[in-house]
Amino acid sequence: MTTPATGVGAPIRRKEDHRFITGKGNYTDDINRPGQTYAVFVRSPHAHAKIRKIDAAAARAMPGVVGILTGADLAADKVGGLICGWMIHNKDGSPMSAGAHPALADGKVRYVGDHVAVVIAESLAEARDAAEKVAVDYEVLPAVVDLASATAKGVGTIHDVAPNNVVFDWHLGDKAATEAAFKKARHITRITLANNRLVPNAMEPRAALGDYDAGEDSFTLYTTSQNPHVARLILSAFIGIAPEHKLRVIAPDVGGGFGSKIYVYAEETVCVWAAKRVGRPVKWVADRTEEFLAVAHGRDHLTHAEMAVDEEGKILAIRVKTRANLGAYLSTFASAVPTYLYAPLLSGQYDIPAIYAEVETVYTNTAPVDAYRGAGRPEATFVVERLVEVAAREMGQDPAKFRLKNFVKKWPHQTPVIMMYDAGDYAGSMRQAQKLADVAGFGKRKRDSARNGKLRGLGYSAYIEACGIAPSSAVGSLGAGVGLWESAEVRVNPTGNVEVLTGSHSHGQGHETTFAQLVAGRLGIPIEQVSIVHGDTDKVQFGMGTYGSRSGAVGMSAIVKALDKVEAKARKVAALCMEAAEGDIDFKDGKFTVKGTDKSMAFGEVALQAYIAHKFTGQQLEPGLKEGAFFDPTNFTFPAGVHICEVEIDPETGVTKIEKWTAVDDFGTVINPMIVEGQVHGGIAQGVGQALHEGTVYDKNGQLLTASFMDYGMPRADDLPSYSLGFNGTAAPSNPLGIKGCGEAGAIAAPPAVINAITDALGHEEIAMPATPQAVWLAVQKMAKSIAAE
Amino acid sequence: MAKKPVTFTLNGSDRAAFAEEGLNLLEFLRRGIGDLSPKYGCGQGACGACTVIIDGETHLACLTMADAVHGRKVETASGLANGKVHPLQEAFMEYFAAQCGYCTPGMLMSAKVLLDRNPSPTRADVIEAISGNLCRCTGYEPIIDAILATANMRARA
Amino acid sequence: MYEFKYHRATSARQAANLLVKADDAKLLAGGHTLLPTMKQRLASPANIIDLGKVAELKGIEIKGKTIVIGAMTTHAEVANSAAVQAHLPGLAALAEGIGDPQVRHKGTIGGSVANNDPSADYPAGLVALGATIVTNKRKIAADDFFQGMFATALGEGEMIVKIIFPIASRFAYAKFPNPASRYALVGVAVARKGASVRVAVTGAGENGVFRWADAEKALGAKFSAKSVEALKASAKGLNGDMHASADYRAHLIGVMAKRAVMAATAK
Repeated sequence: MTTPATGVGAPIRRKEDHRFITGKGNYTDDINRPGQTYAVFVRSPHAHAKIRKIDAAAARAMPGVVGILTGADLAADKVGGLICGWMIHNKDGSPMSAGAHPALADGKVRYVGDHVAVVIAESLAEARDAAEKVAVDYEVLPAVVDLASATAKGVGTIHDVAPNNVVFDWHLGDKAATEAAFKKARHITRITLANNRLVPNAMEPRAALGDYDAGEDSFTLYTTSQNPHVARLILSAFIGIAPEHKLRVIAPDVGGGFGSKIYVYAEETVCVWAAKRVGRPVKWVADRTEEFLAVAHGRDHLTHAEMAVDEEGKILAIRVKTRANLGAYLSTFASAVPTYLYAPLLSGQYDIPAIYAEVETVYTNTAPVDAYRGAGRPEATFVVERLVEVAAREMGQDPAKFRLKNFVKKWPHQTPVIMMYDAGDYAGSMRQAQKLADVAGFGKRKRDSARNGKLRGLGYSAYIEACGIAPSSAVGSLGAGVGLWESAEVRVNPTGNVEVLTGSHSHGQGHETTFAQLVAGRLGIPIEQVSIVHGDTDKVQFGMGTYGSRSGAVGMSAIVKALDKVEAKARKVAALCMEAAEGDIDFKDGKFTVKGTDKSMAFGEVALQAYIAHKFTGQQLEPGLKEGAFFDPTNFTFPAGVHICEVEIDPETGVTKIEKWTAVDDFGTVINPMIVEGQVHGGIAQGVGQALHEGTVYDKNGQLLTASFMDYGMPRADDLPSYSLGFNGTAAPSNPLGIKGCGEAGAIAAPPAVINAITDALGHEEIAMPATPQAVWLAVQKMAKSIAAE
Repeated sequence: MAKKPVTFTLNGSDRAAFAEEGLNLLEFLRRGIGDLSPKYGCGQGACGACTVIIDGETHLACLTMADAVHGRKVETASGLANGKVHPLQEAFMEYFAAQCGYCTPGMLMSAKVLLDRNPSPTRADVIEAISGNLCRCTGYEPIIDAILATANMRARA
Repeated sequence: MYEFKYHRATSARQAANLLVKADDAKLLAGGHTLLPTMKQRLASPANIIDLGKVAELKGIEIKGKTIVIGAMTTHAEVANSAAVQAHLPGLAALAEGIGDPQVRHKGTIGGSVANNDPSADYPAGLVALGATIVTNKRKIAADDFFQGMFATALGEGEMIVKIIFPIASRFAYAKFPNPASRYALVGVAVARKGASVRVAVTGAGENGVFRWADAEKALGAKFSAKSVEALKASAKGLNGDMHASADYRAHLIGVMAKRAVMAATAK
């Protein structure tokens, strides 16, 4: 290894941390512009209503008001609606029913928190005061809230394009082969489950600051985005704010995203547009209630699933019917989540000959639902890992052995649902995890718990995910409106330090460190001499952003490609400077040497010579040392692993305590193990949150009852276990670094591990998420009754 | 709105500024004083992102009136490093206790008060001390480890 | 938050005068309830009287067989008080269990008692111990003070000055926290003083804190965990909401009562 202290694989400290620990992080709300005004949105108090009239006269007369704008003003400026960027087709081939999604209401509101108007004032307090004076005359319509009955006759229509509230009715897989397999089955396991709706709750609420330069006729938008270039593209090409070259989008430090900051929202659209309208910078920061009401939520599926198994315990087929809630409007990638990010993962880590999935998505009068950490894959994993667990228990088999028997054992492996798994070691991860978790000692621990009146349970989750979403041509054929490659530019300065411009965006992942590790290691220079530039469309040419655990596999691979080009050019410079043939130049440990001689030049000297350009002519070689690259991988990557959760339940109160958490993950190549562990911890925390604490509750009128941290159970420090982590990496063949991605694994793996552990402890298969103390206590009561009845 | 002068000590320096009546300390520090290290997370006293230290105790700046710090000592994360980084900051880096960094300033304040009062806390003490600070990124483990490591390091020194 | 006039009181008398004179005035103690409500624009008092600088309302002292705690004493001060720890350790533990450190440094006993949040911890402690609430006008027994959700016996212009706790030989409080807010989903305080046993329940009742007569009787006969194990609290009159049904709350009352007795009898 060239620079073992800082290169690939080294657990070095994060470069970004110094500013975070000294309170110098630069988040959107930390940025202020001269003459800045403050925006407050008038939001719908009703889940479903027609707007008869908006009377802003009284509000306009309030002190400090700079402007009040409505949907009519957007229409007058020909500002288009928000878009959904992934086209899904119905079973019959017709396109999905996408209702219009105006940034400010166009005669109708469709969820509590929907945007009716914006009030812009000199101060936040004045904007709030005036917003209360905007009189909106609503004709309240019946709200469609319950997912199960959203398509029932007579419940009401949310969008005219979807009279029965169905967005699309989609399927994947071979129905006939699946039916045939079920006919041959010795055993069929049937489960019905809900994947609970979650509110992402990044600690930094969403924020936007729009600025307009009248001299240049150009806009700048500072926003909490995971992908500023995609935001600019959508704001330009579809919404029509300004041409791309007249719109700069800056996503500075972003305080967590987890998917929720991928999308282009009404608020940022309005702020940047309104900046020109009022001729002043316009700032908006969500308060936490607005964040609860109007951020894109996650999950919210109802599923019935069946698994066919033969007499030897081999899985023959899986059949799944899912209804997914997409909320009141289609958010930016909403349609992709319950389809191509979901059903293709229903094969899990298993060799299953036939799979058939049907997904019906519906509109409801609730906040839009889109990708949240894992996006579709947690939902698929929950279905598969609950099916497998229940089947094993029903057949009296050990759940781990049942999994081992059915694991894919040879790669590449083509599943019946699109995916070609290219590398892995599922059985190896299972065995390693069992050892780490001391599964052998579980029986004794269970008896010890029983002596103290407690119930102990152990649950497995063998998850797989598809990450580094690509290649572009493949996702295009499935309906994606964009390509999913990544770009990079490596600028070597004359003094030998390096700036790397990447289209990936860091909002906690530590790219400034891991990307620099890659570059420093490759060029043999100190890591302090590498800086990573991201999050600004004026600096970085184009990029697709960070989501789907793609920054390592796709973003870093683009850097590798650019580095290849930099090295090739530098070799030419070195050869000309040292008067040697290019083929005789070696590059190692930051040094260019001429084979068989003692002639050498350090990387920095070569960089300087490339810019001084005294040692070669322009005809021989272009001066300078700066290269760019785009990388489009050949396949998804397939991180996979086994998580084991051990719980102890207090049957008296129903409290579930997680006693042990073991995870063995295959992320392929690991750049910085400490950063990867951090991603796993955080993912598990969110998965445990989903399984035990986080439930989103709307009442029947569509009022969000869990709209604050007092009512929505966020995991706190005393809710979470310590973790015991292992890695069992197999290199991904689809990218040059062999990276698979780690950002979502924990959130995908955790929920079924927890629920499998609780149901193991209870000896009872019916427990919904979140498995709150009350839910567990009720299950304990039910068990006690059924035992008494026997 | 009427403004009142507020004189206080911020991270060891005397400061004086006018605060509108009813202004909370978080907005006062961020907008009036220009110390951006305390963060807005919920405005309702439920997340700890705005935690500051007033006279040695942790307080939520979003639920403290600006006027209430008149004549008192306020500490924030931006003043924790005094020439060189504080041992807690060092440990937060060493243990990867920050990811997106947004909860970090508040978390450091809670940790500092804990260690100032209890130089050798147990793991349970640490968990209790940060139970009012939400973090959505880390799962808390590295934060707990960093605080415990700081205590151990001081004990050895 | 709507505009309001802010007054910083320097004495209890001045605060009480302002409370009578100023229009639509509210007392600000720790602010952890009033300020969030005002920020959400659910309350809009015209005048706020901050008690933070009123030294005479702070402090803890032993007076004969009682502990007297000033209204503006924070939860952290009660929790860390050597006097409370020595004479009524269960009360120190109750205060230590309120919220998180930030809440305990700001929240005050007077603020909590005056607010009478149905899921607050102190009301159970006060009722079980048979505390006396001393206002600027009179003395009120805890049994008479708490009058339903957020309702108290406090009249116009009346403010809490201090609270007098009789020292009980046995006292403990056990709570089952709401997983989201950490307020009491159910909290039970048990106190024994001579032959008298009082059991008070918070978090569960539709009308706030209440006494559990069956448990008092059973524990009066024999002060042991076994005495309450056989009892079943009735779900009638209990809260049912998205966090917990009335039945679950009723069940938890029994469990928490048992745990409180165990804590009270532990050496």
